Amino acid sequence: MNKKRHRKRVIPGFGLSMGVTLAMLSLIVLIPIASIFVSASGLSFNEFIKVVTARDVMSGYQVSLSCALTAALINCVFGVILAWILVRYEFPGKGVLDGLIELPFALPTAVAGIALTSLYSDKGWIGHAFAQIGISIAYTKIGITIAMVFIGIPFVVRAIQPVLEKLDKQYEEASHMLGASGKRTFFRVIFPEIFPAMLTGFGLALARGIGEYGSVVFIAGNIPYETQIAPLLIMSKLEQFKYQDATAVALVLLVISFVLLLLINAVQVHMSKITSTSH
Amino acid sequence: MSQTNKAIQQKSTNSNAKGVKVLLISLGVIFIFIMLVIPMIAVITYAFQDGLKAYQEAIFDPYTIKALQLTLLATVTAVAINTVFGLFAAWTITKFKFRGKQLLTTLIDIPFAISPVIAGLVLVLTFGKIGWAYDFLNAYDIKIVFAVPGIILATVFVTFPFISRELIPVLSAQGTDEEEAAALMGAGGFNIFRKVTLPHIKWALLYGIVLCTARAMGEFGAVSVISGHLRGKTNTLPLHVEILYNDFQLTSAFAVASILVILAVIILILRNLIEYKAKKAGEK
Amino acid sequence: MYVELKNIDKSFGSFQASNDVNFGIEQGKLIGLLGPSGSGKTTILRMIAGLETPDSGDIYINGVRVNDIPAGKRGIGFVFQNYALFRYMSVFDNIAYGLEVQKKSKEEIKDRVSELIKLIGLEGMEKRKPNQLSGGQRQRVAFARALAPNPQLLLLDEPFAAIDAKVRQELRSWLKDMIYKIGVTSIFVTHDQDEAIEVADEIIITNHGRVEQKGSPLEIYKHPETPFVAQFIGQSTILEDCTRLNGFAEVKPGEKAVIRPEFINITRKDEVQKYISAVEEGTIEAIAYRGSYFEIKVRVKGILLTTTAVLEDVYEIGEKVGVLIYRLYIFDEDNAYLLENKAMVDINSVFI
Repeated sequence: MNKKRHRKRVIPGFGLSMGVTLAMLSLIVLIPIASIFVSASGLSFNEFIKVVTARDVMSGYQVSLSCALTAALINCVFGVILAWILVRYEFPGKGVLDGLIELPFALPTAVAGIALTSLYSDKGWIGHAFAQIGISIAYTKIGITIAMVFIGIPFVVRAIQPVLEKLDKQYEEASHMLGASGKRTFFRVIFPEIFPAMLTGFGLALARGIGEYGSVVFIAGNIPYETQIAPLLIMSKLEQFKYQDATAVALVLLVISFVLLLLINAVQVHMSKITSTSH
Repeated sequence: MSQTNKAIQQKSTNSNAKGVKVLLISLGVIFIFIMLVIPMIAVITYAFQDGLKAYQEAIFDPYTIKALQLTLLATVTAVAINTVFGLFAAWTITKFKFRGKQLLTTLIDIPFAISPVIAGLVLVLTFGKIGWAYDFLNAYDIKIVFAVPGIILATVFVTFPFISRELIPVLSAQGTDEEEAAALMGAGGFNIFRKVTLPHIKWALLYGIVLCTARAMGEFGAVSVISGHLRGKTNTLPLHVEILYNDFQLTSAFAVASILVILAVIILILRNLIEYKAKKAGEK
Repeated sequence: MYVELKNIDKSFGSFQASNDVNFGIEQGKLIGLLGPSGSGKTTILRMIAGLETPDSGDIYINGVRVNDIPAGKRGIGFVFQNYALFRYMSVFDNIAYGLEVQKKSKEEIKDRVSELIKLIGLEGMEKRKPNQLSGGQRQRVAFARALAPNPQLLLLDEPFAAIDAKVRQELRSWLKDMIYKIGVTSIFVTHDQDEAIEVADEIIITNHGRVEQKGSPLEIYKHPETPFVAQFIGQSTILEDCTRLNGFAEVKPGEKAVIRPEFINITRKDEVQKYISAVEEGTIEAIAYRGSYFEIKVRVKGILLTTTAVLEDVYEIGEKVGVLIYRLYIFDEDNAYLLENKAMVDINSVFI
């Protein structure tokens, strides 16, 4: 065997484990992903632009983005509240509440989708009450947003919780000693500390919302130009065997998600510069 | 006297804080109840709205059983493949130094970050009629898209990073000291892994397996793209739910969904149990 | 008394952190709360601040019972062990925080913060974030932040614990000067007796949740009132039986003795002995170089004693030397007292 290469590393098995990792990764993920670029290259630039700027596609992006953004923001508010009560307070049923947070990960999205649709349709348990005051939830953007809140909440709670657990109590005590109220202490001292974690959760929830299909597609109702989400457009283009059009729509969706995550990452790098003590 | 003093003090300084506490707990509980608990109750209620007999009929329908079998097959395959991958990938990333480690970690996470519909799309683009692998596969008479292998492949794809993601933080926190010590005593790679590394990641591995199982059995978007909806042949449980729902067979749809709800609750309980055990063992 | 604690008890679960604590502090003094870790000193500080609530007993500040007053309204400045500077705020914003809470006008805040920044010598660093400061600078900011709202009492929890040994010395004298300059009554917690002796006007020694002794550093050093204090202060060694030593025959059975390096003097055999009847013969067993002096272990009548010698006196291991023990602290279960060497006292000389 080639002993020279092994001598550099104390622990044996690098070649084998790296080989298996790369082989599996390439076979299952990288090679298929590459296909999207192969397929997209079959379209000329003008055709590409024409596909992705078509009215239904633009409206699909707009619906997916605006609903995912709203849902991620709502999840930030409730994510902070949930993480806070789970870390800072003792109350009966806390363990159950904590355990329930992951339900959206465990529950198949299609099941969540039909359950939410039935609940929020004008005849459903919850939708009925809103229908009486003239608000329809299912088959509107409100419904889409609710489905995205459902699938996004664990990301935010689980991002904030560990940070809050580790947060040194001295910061709060210092603020109290200086006479600050609980509200001021939270917004000036604690919130900046958990903000980067909240942003991580926000980014994950947002990305998930933009790409989500199963839980959203039922409640969306797929009314053209109104409640058609971007992933559904990819799906319907595929069903019409317009593979290259589907690729174009998917590529833009990927770029949007990527840019958003990059932006969030940039903010976090900036924030961590403030707290890093490498000085 | 000191008792009353204490009572007064608690009141004066904490009444405000207590109000906030009650308010926040109420908000959190109501949110979780409306968003997460009611939908579960709804599934079960709707499933039984036409009585037990209708429920049984939906559950024991041959198509349902076929779908359940395919779901189990896809889930078990995904967990097996991803466990192998997760162990190798986590071991490679945490125990060795090499260039491009960050890139490798990012690439592994791709399936986690992209839409399941896009995951299905890339598989169709690769293995479908227009895919560049189609001719090769066709020559050997292997069918992936609109067939069972495609369902399994899609499930493996979307759950690909689930196990490595759980293992990497635990292994990297643990460092390489113990492995290096074992290697200096002359132990081989597999021996080190089994005797030194594995005991540390037992719970994280189980945790990853549970999460992977949950996602695999519930995967909808990617599987939906690649299945072509051949009823009875390439239907998983979630797809079966969709078909029934779109056929307005609501009771049956919810009956089948209730199986998945029960599985989800079991997974949730397992997850919490494992997390509790892992915390006790000091892994997390 | 400016600050008074009366019959304070405090338990955390089964751990008794404060057990009938009573003491008073005069206005303008700088007090060191000294004790081993787990002795309850930080709990006392936190109860005065209002960060902990005593189970029973009363705390008075300037004659007012403060038990029911929330921490932020007691007019106390608190410097935390790791400073707890707000990481996302600049130096200026950190110091201004307490003033903003009091809804002071912008000009007032600016004037006061500038004044404090000047006082702590960090002009030009107003806009820096805490991570851009050195440990010593961070402590100065924490100090200024605590002082900004003009507290009547300043509490400091292990103020030097997080600082490099090199800077610590400099910071000690800086802090002492500052506190005198401002004239604020201050209490600091420390487990380092050198620090307490050097910085404090008065030391309160705690152990197992109790106050063992309160007094000036010199008083505590010279007149330890309890066996714990006798052993805790100085570099103390306990002697189980000291009646064998010349001049200490009157020590009763059951009483033990504490001896410190500075109670012992060693001389060469050929030197002229002043207290010939008190001098013992000893054999040097170990010599360790300690930077500015030698630490010497010498065995006298089977008892191993530790003392020091200046660098000019070079001894050898195995060398026979004259050993003079000036005094011992004698203690039993309840009492401690200082006992001078009787063989020396006969001749009317004073050695300290």
